[in-house]
Amino acid sequence: MGAATPLSGHDTTRWSRRRILHLTGLSLLLLIAFLMDITLGSVRIPFRQVFRILFSMHTDDLTWKYIVEQIRIPKACTAVLAGCGLSVSGLQMQTLFRNPLAGPDVLGITSGASLGVVTIMLSEGSIAALYTIKELGISGSWLIIGAACVGAAGIMLLVVTISGRIRNNVMMLIIGVMIGMITQSVISLWQYFSSPELVKDYLLWTFGSLGGVSGSQLYILAVVVVIGVVICFLSSKLLDALLLGENYARSMGLTTQRARVIIICSTSLLAGGITAFCGPIGFIGVAVPHMARALFNTSSHRILMPACCLIGTLLMLFCDMIAQLPASQTVLPINVVTSLIGAPVLIWVILRKNNLRAT
Amino acid sequence: MIAKTPLLQSQDLTVGYRSGSKGRSRVAGPLNVEIYAGQLICLLGPNGSGKSTLLRTLSGLQPALEGAVQISGIPAGKLRPPDLAKKISLVLTDSVRDSNLDAYSLVALGRYPYSGWLGTLSAADSEIIAWAIDAAHAGNLSDRKMATLSDGENQKVMLARALAQDTPLMMLDEPTAHLDLPSRIQLMQLLHQLARQTRKGILISTHELDLALQVADEVWLLEEGGRLHTGSPEDLVLKGIFGAVFDKEGILFDKATGTFRMYQGNGKYIGLTGEGPSVFWTKRALQRIGFTVTEVQPGSPGIRVTEENGQTTWALEYKGGEQKHDSISSLLSVLDDLSE
Repeated sequence: MGAATPLSGHDTTRWSRRRILHLTGLSLLLLIAFLMDITLGSVRIPFRQVFRILFSMHTDDLTWKYIVEQIRIPKACTAVLAGCGLSVSGLQMQTLFRNPLAGPDVLGITSGASLGVVTIMLSEGSIAALYTIKELGISGSWLIIGAACVGAAGIMLLVVTISGRIRNNVMMLIIGVMIGMITQSVISLWQYFSSPELVKDYLLWTFGSLGGVSGSQLYILAVVVVIGVVICFLSSKLLDALLLGENYARSMGLTTQRARVIIICSTSLLAGGITAFCGPIGFIGVAVPHMARALFNTSSHRILMPACCLIGTLLMLFCDMIAQLPASQTVLPINVVTSLIGAPVLIWVILRKNNLRAT
Repeated sequence: MIAKTPLLQSQDLTVGYRSGSKGRSRVAGPLNVEIYAGQLICLLGPNGSGKSTLLRTLSGLQPALEGAVQISGIPAGKLRPPDLAKKISLVLTDSVRDSNLDAYSLVALGRYPYSGWLGTLSAADSEIIAWAIDAAHAGNLSDRKMATLSDGENQKVMLARALAQDTPLMMLDEPTAHLDLPSRIQLMQLLHQLARQTRKGILISTHELDLALQVADEVWLLEEGGRLHTGSPEDLVLKGIFGAVFDKEGILFDKATGTFRMYQGNGKYIGLTGEGPSVFWTKRALQRIGFTVTEVQPGSPGIRVTEENGQTTWALEYKGGEQKHDSISSLLSVLDDLSE
């Protein structure tokens, strides 16, 4: 070994040319997927027309213009927000709990958000159903998103408190799943005593839908998700430190309490906001971080965060396209599709890498 | 030594655990210890004597029950976590192997207290990382994933990370556990050199008594019950403190050699005379089968080891007769009968 030379070639925390290439490729794919998502649907609209509508040029058919502008673009935007938000919150949770199976839906955070939503939806009174809440407009949206975030934060806080006592990954998972089950059964109990119409409304919501978010709601969702994702990006450095576990993180000057609060806040915002409007979407949060790690071959969150955003968005758009079963009249619930796509992808990643690492 | 401020100093420090609102279980203390620049200190003690607890308390990972720790003259409690991280770096027993991290990224994390808000590294950071990897002899490992490293390689990388943190004090909790003998010696040697060359104060807890006796500038000997003896290793041996702390039934600390003997005598004596390494190994063999080895005395059995033309001969004198053996095992087979 000669004198210590700068090991820039070894520096795996940097943006190498290969990684930038991956990122550019993903961005291009994302653009294509976005356009395809807008083009595909139960009503066949020629791509050229879609393109014209997008760039506000004259179109032959006003119905097409309405469909693209009022339905497909908001839906695609919702897919982008949901995919991005769920993936980064999954990444955060996997690092915080040092657990490869952590994710908003696995540890009961989504259930917590559901509990918040169900509280609003099924509570007796004038603002009973989601339908009426939608009628209420912006204030109603904030109400339901607020309830979901509070529910998510409550469960997250509970799980984090317990994780402080239990160091074992498997035990932690079991407890997370148990908390999720308790929450679910509280919800079921609530349903049992509610009127059938309300329950049907709720059940439809649980199937998940990207199409129900429009107009002002989309802006609200965008604001919430952007704030959550920005916090995630800013927390990259603390997440890196947490890769070595709490003791090492503290020895490097990290205040664990503060790190936890930051992660709880952003995860609750993301999982709560997205769940409130799109229903409990599973699997994206668990699967995407693994795909990002496999593709970029790193643990550095400065690289994984943008990678998760892109892959999550791409996967969500892809799921949405499948949900529409091009040129058919039915639309599948998005929650079913994400599990159908997400689970095999996750299995494929595990088999290919032959291991699954938490961080 | 007199005018210098210690890197670390404790005043009546009591370490232990708090349970509930009032419950406290004292592990050790009150302790008054000091660490100076350039010192390698080995913290020794039987299992469960509280070495890790003491290390965790000194490094600030765990609150003290009573007393205080000063780092370079400043009370540790007054240092903000990022500032404390620039004073003390740690190598812990916590596993980091279940991560997708590669060795370079892990060492780079050592720059955490110095890097910007997004954790971006400057050219100066990269230089220190390169130095740390080189100093820990981990240059060939930087591309490898942590999960693929052996225990010894893992320790080198963790040491490099602590070095990259560039602190005047380093504390290592049982860094030699799980390592094979050559790796253990190599690591201890490395720490010894680092203390000398970088003037760091290094505190390690270890079970390697013989290695600690060789490399430590100072030994802290923690007794079960929480009493701590400090001093140069030689003083502690000569005062008989080593023996007092570690003696268990059937194990004896031999002051003359600085090693532990694990055999109980069978009450019989045998004489031994000769020169060279053969005598040393013959003595070991005799002790193993239970003899107490003495000078050769007329009338009692004795062994004379001679070396001629590269050929070693063991002559056993017993009851007036003499038998010659050409190996220790052949000698032992006769002595076995004799000791029964």
